[in-house]
Amino acid sequence: MTGFLIRRLLGIAATLLVICAVTFCIFYLLPNDPATQFCGKDCAPDQIALVRKQMGLDAPLIVQFGHYVAAIFAGRTMGSGQYAVQCGFPCFGYSFQSGRPVWDLMMDRLPTSASLAVGAALLWVLFGISAGVLSALRKNSWIDRTVMVGTIGAAALPVYFTAMILLYVVVTVLNLIPYPRYIAFSEDPVGWLRNLILPWVTLALASAAIYARMTRSSVIETLAEPFVRTARAKGLRERRVVAKHGLRPALTPVVTMLGMDLGSLLAGAMITESLFGLPGVGKLFADSLNKSDQPVIMGITLLASFFIVSSNLVVDLVYAWIDPRARLS
Amino acid sequence: MTLLEVRDLAVEFSTPEGTVRAVKGVDFTVGRGRTLGIVGESGSGKSVTSLAVMGLHRGAKVTGSVRYEGTELLGAPEETVRKLRGRRMAMVFQDALTSLHPYFTIGDQIAEAYREHHGGTRRAALKRAVEVLGDVGIPEPARRAGEHPHQFSGGMRQRAMIALALSCEPDLIIADEPTTALDVTVQAQVLELLAKIQQDRGLGIIMITHDLGVIARVADDVLVMYGGSAAEQAPADTLFTAPRHPYTRGLLDSLPRLDAEDGEALRSIPGSPPSLLDPPAGCAFHPRCPVYAANPSPLCTGERPLLRQVAPGHQNACQLDEVTV
Repeated sequence: MTGFLIRRLLGIAATLLVICAVTFCIFYLLPNDPATQFCGKDCAPDQIALVRKQMGLDAPLIVQFGHYVAAIFAGRTMGSGQYAVQCGFPCFGYSFQSGRPVWDLMMDRLPTSASLAVGAALLWVLFGISAGVLSALRKNSWIDRTVMVGTIGAAALPVYFTAMILLYVVVTVLNLIPYPRYIAFSEDPVGWLRNLILPWVTLALASAAIYARMTRSSVIETLAEPFVRTARAKGLRERRVVAKHGLRPALTPVVTMLGMDLGSLLAGAMITESLFGLPGVGKLFADSLNKSDQPVIMGITLLASFFIVSSNLVVDLVYAWIDPRARLS
Repeated sequence: MTLLEVRDLAVEFSTPEGTVRAVKGVDFTVGRGRTLGIVGESGSGKSVTSLAVMGLHRGAKVTGSVRYEGTELLGAPEETVRKLRGRRMAMVFQDALTSLHPYFTIGDQIAEAYREHHGGTRRAALKRAVEVLGDVGIPEPARRAGEHPHQFSGGMRQRAMIALALSCEPDLIIADEPTTALDVTVQAQVLELLAKIQQDRGLGIIMITHDLGVIARVADDVLVMYGGSAAEQAPADTLFTAPRHPYTRGLLDSLPRLDAEDGEALRSIPGSPPSLLDPPAGCAFHPRCPVYAANPSPLCTGERPLLRQVAPGHQNACQLDEVTV
């Protein structure tokens, strides 16, 4: 088990390094020059050259990359002389736009994205899975048909469309809540909840539909398994047959998918955050893309990759815990 | 003493393509200490029959009569049948790897059945599980009870499946192709085990198989099924020495023989099993029947043939029986 974990962690490190290198190259190949951007548009060529030198952009690509990676673990002194700044661990550089450390920017925004992701995931798991199970157990009934038609519709709706409809109906027409704005949980838990409801529903709707359909087919498939027939042949009550012998294996793939989805959502839901003006990592990413704020874009790309590869590992561990066949002997 | 009495059992499924009449009225009885072999190829209705006896068909129309020690099970409340299931009549399925639950230990799976019918503590039920695992010849049963099905070998898994069936000391065991997935030596061990248990406890056994070798080894009486109907029914000795239905003869002829001439090809029954959606008129076997081919008779394509007594204890559905003997 320890060996397995070490191997997996090394694998994660290697994956992240490759992602880091690829992203780094992409930015190096982009036509816009960070030095010009950092310096401003009125800079004279010699000033740009100075900035370039200070930023270390005159060094070969591989050296720059080495500095970048080393800084993440050990921090780095940027610039020189009186302009020198100490960028502490973990250093992802400074935003061209705000001049703040990328790490701080991301960590400021992470709680918002996490609030959005976890809340939405709870909603879609609750509704998606129960609708899917109900549909499967009442296969071909009117409930099943309603759920399946509804989920096709919900899955087909783009997030920006759902968001606009929700905002229009709930805020403008029905006037149930004021236009959402982000309030930190620590500040006002009730306000936090009220303002996140619409983003949660928006984000959860499409996923709930997909989870419902996936759960339904998984439950139907599992209930047709020979081991479920054996459970019935043992004389168990139908309720127990379904709940203990059927649902557990049926929900295993759903758990796997949830881990992956949560992993990729933690680093921000770009569209939903932008639509609701939530100051999350996704919004930061969208803004940075607009302004070609390369250090921030790179930082977020790496953060997202980190969440995705680690959720992969978590999913594998959870899987082994649920399904003994996946355990390493 | 009669344990199970099945009369005119029919099973129908409705599918998008039409109604499938998987079993069209079969009769048989199983007594204590007796083994009934049900033989047939895939699609003959043998497995469907066994699931119908256990009341395990969902969404199928099952008609006729299934009496367990005089109690009618068809149409009985689910709760009545459920209490018999696993407790008085238990099933051994073909593929123990897929038929045992992959997530739970062997011990837990057996204990669960025992506790369902006998109550008591989890600990006592696990103790019982270890005991039956020992009974079926699994070495170190206490340790193996804590393992999962995928950690067992094929033969051991099938023994565990039998242990599960035996855990509540049923009077009737329905074994559906219990040895098909096993290699020959293990197959022999499992059959010996079943025979020994039957001797010790006076169990009634229904052995469902397509393998005449298995039937020859264990069965007292044999029911040959074809296309969802009974083709022939007789004591095992009679069936093997004096088969009367052309299908039974075809089956026996197609067994490989050690005394065959060198270079003699294996004989097989031409054609393939009938479609259950659109079965042939009259005798389901007539399109493949050598007797019909040699001497086409309108009897074979008229009414669906039923079993008739042709000798004491020997029933045959072939309408040309007098012609063929």
